[in-house]
Amino acid sequence: MKNVYINSVGSISAQKTYDNNEFLSEVVSYQEQILPVVDPNYKDYIPPAAARRMAKGIKMGVVASKIALQDAGLEEVDAIITGTGMGCLRDSEKFLSAILDNKEQYLTPTSFIQSTHNTVGGQIALELQCKGYNFTYVHSSVSFESAMMDAKLQLELDEAKNILIGGVDEIGEYTAGLHKIIGHIKPEAEDVLQVLQSKTKGAIYGEGANFFVLSNERNENSYGKIKSVSIFNTLSKSELNNEAEAFLSANGVSAEDIDVVVLGNNGDVEFDGYYETLANGLFQNTPQVCYKHLCGEFNTASSFGFWVTAKMLKNQALPEVLRFNDFPVKEIKQVLLYNQYRGENHSFTLVEQC
Amino acid sequence: MEALKQELKENIIEQLNLEDMVVADIADDDMLFGDGLGLDSIDALELIVMLDKNYGIKLTDPKEGRAIFESINTMAAYISENRTK
Repeated sequence: MKNVYINSVGSISAQKTYDNNEFLSEVVSYQEQILPVVDPNYKDYIPPAAARRMAKGIKMGVVASKIALQDAGLEEVDAIITGTGMGCLRDSEKFLSAILDNKEQYLTPTSFIQSTHNTVGGQIALELQCKGYNFTYVHSSVSFESAMMDAKLQLELDEAKNILIGGVDEIGEYTAGLHKIIGHIKPEAEDVLQVLQSKTKGAIYGEGANFFVLSNERNENSYGKIKSVSIFNTLSKSELNNEAEAFLSANGVSAEDIDVVVLGNNGDVEFDGYYETLANGLFQNTPQVCYKHLCGEFNTASSFGFWVTAKMLKNQALPEVLRFNDFPVKEIKQVLLYNQYRGENHSFTLVEQC
Repeated sequence: MEALKQELKENIIEQLNLEDMVVADIADDDMLFGDGLGLDSIDALELIVMLDKNYGIKLTDPKEGRAIFESINTMAAYISENRTK
């Protein structure tokens, strides 16, 4: 089987991550319940005629994809695999509102077209003129990992050489209101840089798009190598340390071999215990990194964690704003990512230097 | 009639997400499809729904649309003659 390399990255997030020359050198601080993205100039990447039918999620996805392709020095890829938890939420809300407001009449096609989950992958393919395999995974907080797993299998078996994968989700005002009512979003705006120490329930939400070209051919631009990815729909805290250990063992490494563990803490006192179980257990002596205080929580926020990991490995640098403990970091060779959302849909991803 | 034309231009810009356009950019006799504004078949559907919703006009013969949606002038004339609301 062939190895799978991360050959490029493209990110649009609540930080200025669309510039691949930077790695969180300037951090944007927010006092919000929901984080907006730092927008690139979309017109630099998308013709106006095409942009007018693109929802925010599509624009973010298309531009992050184009940045990733530029970074990879590629014009085309063999496949496009997208992960999204909620798809183009704003147009879904618009379409559903129109059904109610107009008593199920006068429904127009545009918001419906834009509301489907696989529109992002479709629009990326249209922009890139890619007629290859195109698939969208909608699996809550393992949507991105599902996309990665599909790409990894295809690349290992040499069914494709270069695959664009990504995670994208956008905030919808009405849906966010519902999440506030049911306590998934924190009751008050908080300083997001302090949110990981929060004592309240709920998370600070966000949106964004993080895309990557994965390849079975290493080049001078390669960021790292994906060794393994594993997803679990259900996993209890009591099983976590054992499962993490078994995952590492299956890949020939132990907890002591992990140079940095990247955790998906979002400051929700109800569910951050999962991360604490690992942080105070198997990885209590390992440098720990968190990232959701920079990008907010969303179903594919772990793709931002993957972006952080890729940049750490390539730059051999760990910006202070990401650090969750003080253990000294020497060389970053092996990185383990762990993510879950509200106690479900857990994922382990092992990435190493190449 | 001038007020109707102004209203149509505003609605077209909003409904069709013509983000970079303002009312002054659309002349009354500009071709809406093809070489003019460059609208396409999805826009045509949006315009048909707009006629129904805003003016109570149901287009039953798709061939009619070609002449009606030629320009703001032709749309306004057709709406003035056939509107039910």
